[in-house]
Amino acid sequence: MSAFEFLMQGLGTAADPMMLLYALIGVTLGTAVGVLPGIGPALTVALLLPVTYRLDPAGSLIMFAGIYYGGMYGGSTTSILLNTPGESASIITALEGNKMARKGRGGPALATAAIGSFIAGLIATLLLAFLAPSIVKLALVFGPREYFALMVLAFVTVSAAFGDSALRGLTSLFLGLALACVGIDQLTGQARLSFGMPELLDGIEVTTMAVAMFALGEALYIAGQRVQVDDEVTAVKGSVWMSRRDWARSWKPWLRGTAIGFPIGAMPAGGAEIGTFLSYATEKKLTKHPEEFGNGAIEGVAGPEAANNASAAGTLVPLLTLGLPTSATAAIMLAGFQQFGLQPGPLLFATNPTLVWGLIASLLIANAMLLVLNLPLIGLWVKLLTVPKPWLYAGILLFATLGTIGANPSAFELGMLLAFGVLGYVMRLFGYPIAPIVVGLILGPMAEQQLRRALSISQGDWTTLVQSPIAAVLLGIAALALIVPLILRARGKGEMLSQLAGEED
Amino acid sequence: MSGNRHEPPRRRDTAALVIAAGLVVVGAVMLWDSARLADLGGYSGIGPASVPRVVGFALIGLAAWTAIEALRGDFPQRPPQNALPILWIIAGLALQLMLLHAAGFSIATGILFAFTARAFGKRNLAMTIPIGIVFAFVVWAIFSQLLMLHLPAGPLEHLVFPRG
Repeated sequence: MSAFEFLMQGLGTAADPMMLLYALIGVTLGTAVGVLPGIGPALTVALLLPVTYRLDPAGSLIMFAGIYYGGMYGGSTTSILLNTPGESASIITALEGNKMARKGRGGPALATAAIGSFIAGLIATLLLAFLAPSIVKLALVFGPREYFALMVLAFVTVSAAFGDSALRGLTSLFLGLALACVGIDQLTGQARLSFGMPELLDGIEVTTMAVAMFALGEALYIAGQRVQVDDEVTAVKGSVWMSRRDWARSWKPWLRGTAIGFPIGAMPAGGAEIGTFLSYATEKKLTKHPEEFGNGAIEGVAGPEAANNASAAGTLVPLLTLGLPTSATAAIMLAGFQQFGLQPGPLLFATNPTLVWGLIASLLIANAMLLVLNLPLIGLWVKLLTVPKPWLYAGILLFATLGTIGANPSAFELGMLLAFGVLGYVMRLFGYPIAPIVVGLILGPMAEQQLRRALSISQGDWTTLVQSPIAAVLLGIAALALIVPLILRARGKGEMLSQLAGEED
Repeated sequence: MSGNRHEPPRRRDTAALVIAAGLVVVGAVMLWDSARLADLGGYSGIGPASVPRVVGFALIGLAAWTAIEALRGDFPQRPPQNALPILWIIAGLALQLMLLHAAGFSIATGILFAFTARAFGKRNLAMTIPIGIVFAFVVWAIFSQLLMLHLPAGPLEHLVFPRG
């Protein structure tokens, strides 16, 4: 069957009323967390993992994907109206979007962000559907050594390539890898680093760690800030509709943003932010109204918003076809698949096509739902921004602990939550990135297993790792991604890299 | 995270040195633990102890790098922090942990809720604790009765739902 037929079949699955309900819950929650500053899609999916234990796997995954897409939409609202990005992929939108809102053009800014997100989401999801089968075919020839090389590449790009310090990125990654070693070894059954505690034999729970890092760490950090920033919500004045001129100036940035965001999301480079920065730079260069940039240029909202949605869809390409997460949210979604005993990758397309194609098709539906949620209903989301901070964070902590207690109501697990929360706080305080430690914990055991398999096949010959051309090229890129930024920083050109820093979403 | 944070840049950073020491400890623990594992490398030549050993050495290497940056004062300036709100949240989490099984989800979590609100500026605990308990109870009822999540029940939960 062709991708088109599979997609049609998937639409049949996704149009089931229950699935539509899951998608609707997902996009609504996603928009809400996108709008609220301080909580992102990665945290929300992590919070929901324990809650969805008993629910339908397909429905839960559709809901998670809806949260991811919704987060990308919702973030723009906060950026435009509050000048505080709701999540890291919307930082750039705040530059021009908030200026537009202050000039009374908040309506068109929200509209170009929402419509751009819709168009980018539509194109990128279709690209995902039509690319996935060929990547799956390619991935079927991948052996353990190619997978190992791919994971090494993901480790390097997530931790060391971007951000302001390779040292802190790598430290965060290796702490994650150290935590990944805890528990029973998958190949020999020996207990590692469990110190005689039975609770540790199963390893460190990914959701506990992710919730602690993202929710507790962030809450502690915000609570400790001496200067409390009081943000003011700029009211939306006038029509939310765009004028003819706005349309004329928006459609090209939308398409360019999609073209930039999708491949960047699909590459193991960690997060949607990079695409938004590149898109902004491109629009600034190509614009016919350079004087407006910095004072509310609509292109500067349209392009980056399209780019961040396209890269969210792009991240799903390696996640679904290779089982390789390239952002924190994708990493948590991988944990979600594993919770239901599913391993994303080429085999899943063969063994469970209904689920995979239902998921992809439901993204198209979720995208359409989001357009409705974000344009006519925008007033509702703006109200969310006025929830006072004490109630907001008290609620976040309540739900953060609820997830952990629901999964395992033991004092030990809550103690771990508290310990990782403090670790997350200290890491934030000292400028350590959070994504590498989470990716290290999730990918670490997989990378170790692939490495040991590859070496078993070659009977302990390490050169096998570079004898396959694909693996050699991937490892080569990984080495470059580690070394080039180090040289750039040493020469004092690190500023550009720290601007490209990947944050938690 | 303690000590004077208003130092001029390019000076010895004690807090970062403490981090370096912590990394050495974690690395050493990994090496110590991997040393007692039987190395069943089999065909591959690498067994269960190999990866922890590599990670342990890497952490010690990173600790050395951290120490060098700390001595040169290369760590970024940290934003000034208030300790009190942070302690309130940690105390809330610790109390929830201790009270969870004795008092049940609603009371334990209500206290966490109120302590967190206090950390963010709602100081009146006499008002926030009851609000927190009611809110946590509603959440408990939804998640344990409708979504079948196992959340510990205490006196309050048993009072309203006798079968828990």
